[in-house]
Amino acid sequence: MTSQDAVTAQNVVKSFGQGKVAVRALDDVSLSIRKGEFFTLLGPSGCGKTTLLRLIAGFEMPSGGTILLDGQDVTTLPPNRRPVNTVFQSYALFPHLTVRENVGFALKMQGRDRAEVEDRTNRMLALVKMEELADRATAQLSGGQQQRVALARALAPQPKVLLLDEPLSALDLKLRKEMQVELKRLQKETGITFVFVTHDQEEALTMSDRIGVMSAGRLQQVATPREIYTAPINRFVAGFIGETNFLPVTKGADGARLGCGAEVTALGEGPVLTVRPEQVGVVATDQPGAIAATVDTLIYFGTDMHVHLRLSDGAALVARLPLPPGGDPGIAAGDGVGVAFAPGAARLIGD
Amino acid sequence: MAERRFSVAGLPGFATIALGVFVCLYLPIVTLVVYSFNGGPSIAVWQGFSLHWYTEAWGNRAVQDATLRSLIVAAWASAIATTLATMAALGTTRRAAFRGQTFIYVMINQPLMVPEIVTAVALLIFFASIKVATGYQGLGYLVAAHSAFCIPFAYLPIRARLEGMDMTLETAAADLYATPWQTFRHVTLPLLAPGIAAGAMLAFVISLDDVIITEFVKSGGQDTLPTYMLGQLRRAVTPEVNAISTALLALTVLLLTAFFLLTRKRN
Ligand SMILES: Nc1ncnc2c1ncn2[C@@H]1O[C@H](COP(=O)(O)OP(=O)(O)O)[C@@H](O)[C@H]1O
Ligand SMILES: [Mg+2]
Repeated sequence: MTSQDAVTAQNVVKSFGQGKVAVRALDDVSLSIRKGEFFTLLGPSGCGKTTLLRLIAGFEMPSGGTILLDGQDVTTLPPNRRPVNTVFQSYALFPHLTVRENVGFALKMQGRDRAEVEDRTNRMLALVKMEELADRATAQLSGGQQQRVALARALAPQPKVLLLDEPLSALDLKLRKEMQVELKRLQKETGITFVFVTHDQEEALTMSDRIGVMSAGRLQQVATPREIYTAPINRFVAGFIGETNFLPVTKGADGARLGCGAEVTALGEGPVLTVRPEQVGVVATDQPGAIAATVDTLIYFGTDMHVHLRLSDGAALVARLPLPPGGDPGIAAGDGVGVAFAPGAARLIGD
Repeated sequence: MAERRFSVAGLPGFATIALGVFVCLYLPIVTLVVYSFNGGPSIAVWQGFSLHWYTEAWGNRAVQDATLRSLIVAAWASAIATTLATMAALGTTRRAAFRGQTFIYVMINQPLMVPEIVTAVALLIFFASIKVATGYQGLGYLVAAHSAFCIPFAYLPIRARLEGMDMTLETAAADLYATPWQTFRHVTLPLLAPGIAAGAMLAFVISLDDVIITEFVKSGGQDTLPTYMLGQLRRAVTPEVNAISTALLALTVLLLTAFFLLTRKRN
């Protein structure tokens, strides 16, 4: 923990229920989120992302561990006394209030004077481009508009941290892309720390400064999108982010020995070798260091093709290659070919 | 071949039976209303249209007293019952399921299950000893008794409304710096208001209509409109009773219509 951290979780455990039916939603999670960063919690449904967010917001108390905001222990503080606001997955706009009243709600609760509430509300409405609909009832808004109101409402009191629980999941693809850009812009303009939850790896990779990948209540890896993609620390992270190949390996003389007997150089340590399909090259069989393989099938994806390969021990491998100009792939199913990994692309990871 | 589903309404004689039921339900009431406008002193022989019995009832001091008393008791009882029912509904729904929840529901709905005459006798005996001990003879006993049996009627629509309310809204309020009291005041209460109003109206009607418990609990000279009417029936029956009944019916229909409008699902 340093003074640069907006949120710190220390050995946080959260269990629901008791005895046989107990669910351990969070299992010893430790995490530091820096001030002003766009941090994403990424993981499959049910891995505990919402639970961690609710603990930070104060809607739940942890079963164990500590939560700090700005260096201050808030573990047992109620939500209304934490400088944190939430954009709910369901938006949770107040149906009996207008757009303007929704946005000004927090300021009014804080007892700010009317001029200030009005001024700040107007600025927030402008920030999310909702000035024209300010006096509408929230039920009259589209999903995207409700989303903007929810954002403005949560940003109005200028929280230290903004929590967003899968805020884009209810929107259609086009609107989702727009809102991704919009969220990035809002985060830059306000300088507020964003903690964003999603199960969509692409969304996480495009928007985040750093990503925390979660699985089954545990934090697997925290790193930049680039690191997560190029240097995943285990099989779960590698498999969850993008497409990848897994090959079991044993320790060789100077590198890792594949099941077929070939030796390759790879970074890291562990029983599994992972390499992204775009880092796998199909070469001539007699090229030095080439691994012998047979082409199973070719699948075309617009300008790319996926070459499904089989090594001599039966292990499967996919290479993603650009289609050569003219469209003739130069190989066909059944061909014997050589396989080479791009330098530094193959990594050994934990299982 | 088109599939034909079984339908009760398609059974032979269904329409006839339905009609018979409606006649049995409404004919006596229609007769009562019609004879309230009778010009003569009989409740069975029609002697021309007149508002005579309405003016008679309106000018009758005993009727005025009983009406006022009924309204006072109903107003107090529905206010008290609705307040308690709101608290009970908040306590039983705005939280995770807890041990003894069913037991609490049964306790709250007790007046719906215990025979009214049993409650009446119990209250008579209980209040009698308090009257002896304190010497207090006022309307407080009626208000207390009515409040008690009105609670489940006020509770049900309030609970129904609460159960349809998204708890995330209260979480959101807390997230936006509202204290628990502010959350209640600015979010829960406004959203719950239609349920509370519906509960209050139902409680008011139930109180207005009560005979058995009132008859047992009231002290001398504390007739409400229904117990006054009961007393009148033991003596000479004139269309004055019809006129009072019709007025009471009109008020009840009005309140229940408002109740249904409030509880109707709005989309
Ligand atoms: N209030 C609760 N009571 C019981 N179990 C819960 C509760 N909230 C979450 N869980 C369980 O905790 C686990 C993590 O849930 P959640 O944090 O919602 O996952 P995510 O947001 O990643 O989909 C799930 O197995 C879920 O069933
Ligand atoms: Mg979730």
